Amino acid sequence: MKVYVPRDAAARALGADAVVAAILREAAARGIAVELVRNGSRGMVWLEPLVEVQTAAGRTGFGPMTVADVAGLFGDIATHPKALGLVAELPWMKRQTRLTFARVGVTDPLSLAEYEAQGGLAGLRRALGMTGAQIVAEVTESGLRGRGGAGFPTGVKWATVLGAQAAQKYIVCNADEGDSGTFADRMLMEGDPICLIEGMVIAGLAVGATRGYVYLRSEYPDAIATLTEAVRIARAAGVLGAQVLGHGPAFDIEIRVGAGAYVCGEETSLLNSLEGKRGVVRAKPPLPALEGFMGKPTVVNNVISLATVPVILARGAAFYRDFGLGRSRGTIPLQIAGNVQFGGLFEAAFGLSLGEIVNDIAGGTATGRPVKAVQVGGPLGAYFVPAQFDTPFGYEEFDGAGGLIGHAGIVVFDDSTDMLGMARFAMEFCAVESCGKCTPCRIGAVRGVETIDRIRAGEAGAIALLTDLCETMRDGSLCALGGFTPYPVMSALTHFPEEFGTRQEAAE
Amino acid sequence: MSQTAVETTVSGICAALDGGEGPLLPILQAVQAEFGHIPQQALPVIAAALNLSRAEVQGVVSFYHDFREVPAGRHVVRICRAEACQAMGATATAAAAQARLDVDWHGTSANGAVTLEPVYCLGLCACAPAVMVDGRAIARVDAERMTHILTECGA
Ligand SMILES: Cc1cc2nc3c(=O)[nH]c(=O)nc-3n(C[C@H](O)[C@H](O)[C@H](O)COP(=O)(O)O)c2cc1C
Ligand code: SF4
Ligand code: FES
Repeated sequence: MKVYVPRDAAARALGADAVVAAILREAAARGIAVELVRNGSRGMVWLEPLVEVQTAAGRTGFGPMTVADVAGLFGDIATHPKALGLVAELPWMKRQTRLTFARVGVTDPLSLAEYEAQGGLAGLRRALGMTGAQIVAEVTESGLRGRGGAGFPTGVKWATVLGAQAAQKYIVCNADEGDSGTFADRMLMEGDPICLIEGMVIAGLAVGATRGYVYLRSEYPDAIATLTEAVRIARAAGVLGAQVLGHGPAFDIEIRVGAGAYVCGEETSLLNSLEGKRGVVRAKPPLPALEGFMGKPTVVNNVISLATVPVILARGAAFYRDFGLGRSRGTIPLQIAGNVQFGGLFEAAFGLSLGEIVNDIAGGTATGRPVKAVQVGGPLGAYFVPAQFDTPFGYEEFDGAGGLIGHAGIVVFDDSTDMLGMARFAMEFCAVESCGKCTPCRIGAVRGVETIDRIRAGEAGAIALLTDLCETMRDGSLCALGGFTPYPVMSALTHFPEEFGTRQEAAE
Repeated sequence: MSQTAVETTVSGICAALDGGEGPLLPILQAVQAEFGHIPQQALPVIAAALNLSRAEVQGVVSFYHDFREVPAGRHVVRICRAEACQAMGATATAAAAQARLDVDWHGTSANGAVTLEPVYCLGLCACAPAVMVDGRAIARVDAERMTHILTECGA
């Protein structure tokens, strides 16, 4: 009997390990041999722990599983109360275009043989026969843009590093994933870590870098463990090492763990942190592409950007570019979170409307109450309201609607939400996480909290102050932490003025 | 542990990790893993090993939320305060924990059982509210479950 139980941190936080123990206990008691695979998560978090049993027809799912449901797996599984049918046929799975996440939840994340059998290393093999310039051209033509938030064309960044002359260049993977409401990097590293490794090796071949670092946040112990093991396996198999796959140039990867600072997701702060310094943001120029880690030319890319490179190389730039909308090419792993009926990871071509995502895919709120607001793009992203639900998911489209897509986290709130409180939280978060380099951010965020408290106390005149403060932060901050905190604050104020202004009248 | 014992241990950690590029964070992480915090006596040892000033090392320690300068309680409970968890009631979860422990954020209960820390996202935003107890993540923790977890921690 072959059984899959995810090792994904969300599945484990929902009890997957206890389910595994029960399966092994039950099998031993019945004298049945079980082949247990700890796969990644399929991304249907509301069904976790999602157990899959291999049958003649395919992989049948059961979820959300509890220990009490385990014995039933050894009986007539067709009538099991948690039976879901074939996992691949579930609407959530069928509606997706899984390119970056093709193997996540499907394979054993630590089996290089399965990785290859499911299309892995094809991109790297092709890249080994190309010049750096050809690889860069392929990535540029694919239209891939950075998935870490800023949406900068990946190929253009690589071309700068390729063109730089230096004795040593670096590939740095940004796995800091600090944005609330996001977990795509985590799921990829826990569910298909070799894909990230392959992407980093290809990046190294493209620009002439031989060393890679992954800066991985300390809040992700499972991802740290799985990726560390994957690097060891890749090294043992010669995917990493003195000669990539036996005949390429050298490339190796070291994993560095973060230390709990949100701002260290910003690339220059990250580089300072990697160098062992305070994670203070650096002024640009110089670009990290020219003077990055240890002052050397450095590619800094998000996990998803890098993990998307193998499929682009394997299937060609045109294949990837043909998905998407406008200047947002390819697919985006949407992370649907907060107060939703169906939360999790859904990879789709750019272009779905926000309403389709929230009402249709996520099934509306978990509480069953009306949706009040949706924050897109992490703690620095704007709040959207149902009236804006026709906005298509794309970089320019969200920008045009006064927001940003960031790392594609979508957090849904129901009508009981205190939007003034959410605006206050945005300022508080900025104050806690500010690197301290510029005054509008360091002092402004503290003033922002105080000002919102005054508004809460009924001082309607403080609203003008808050608006001014947001303008100062937006115009006078060096990075997006101070510069974009006004997005959630001002969008809350714009869409819900009554929560900021009418308290005084109500109190009188 | 005596001062010399701390210094010997920290020297050993520095010697083992000093080879890499930018080794200060890995060294501090190893020191904290060993002692549960960064002891003051460790700073001059690290500074000497990396050819930095003690103030520079102190500056790095104080910058990062993960490093503690004093020991924590027997258990560290981290509650996610970020938006997706708030959308599912994390504020009530946190309030229950603070009331049960009679502490504010970063505080340790009077009996030394639990230190309470805020965390801004654990990547468990689709099964919120999320908490982490001594490095083990737990999902969908409402106020009642939080209180139960704290009781199990001996608070
Ligand atoms: C405050 C702040 C936090 C950031 N956090 C992250 C992060 O956690 N992960 C990430 O990939 N990019 C983050 N970024 C964006 C990075 O600065 C950078 O644009 C990105 O790593 C580049 O990779 P990409 O082009 O592949 O997206 C952050 C930016 C800012 C201003
Ligand atoms: S905006 Fe804030 S976080 Fe960004 S550089 Fe300035 S002080 Fe640092
Ligand atoms: S917002 Fe709480 S786990 Fe992500």
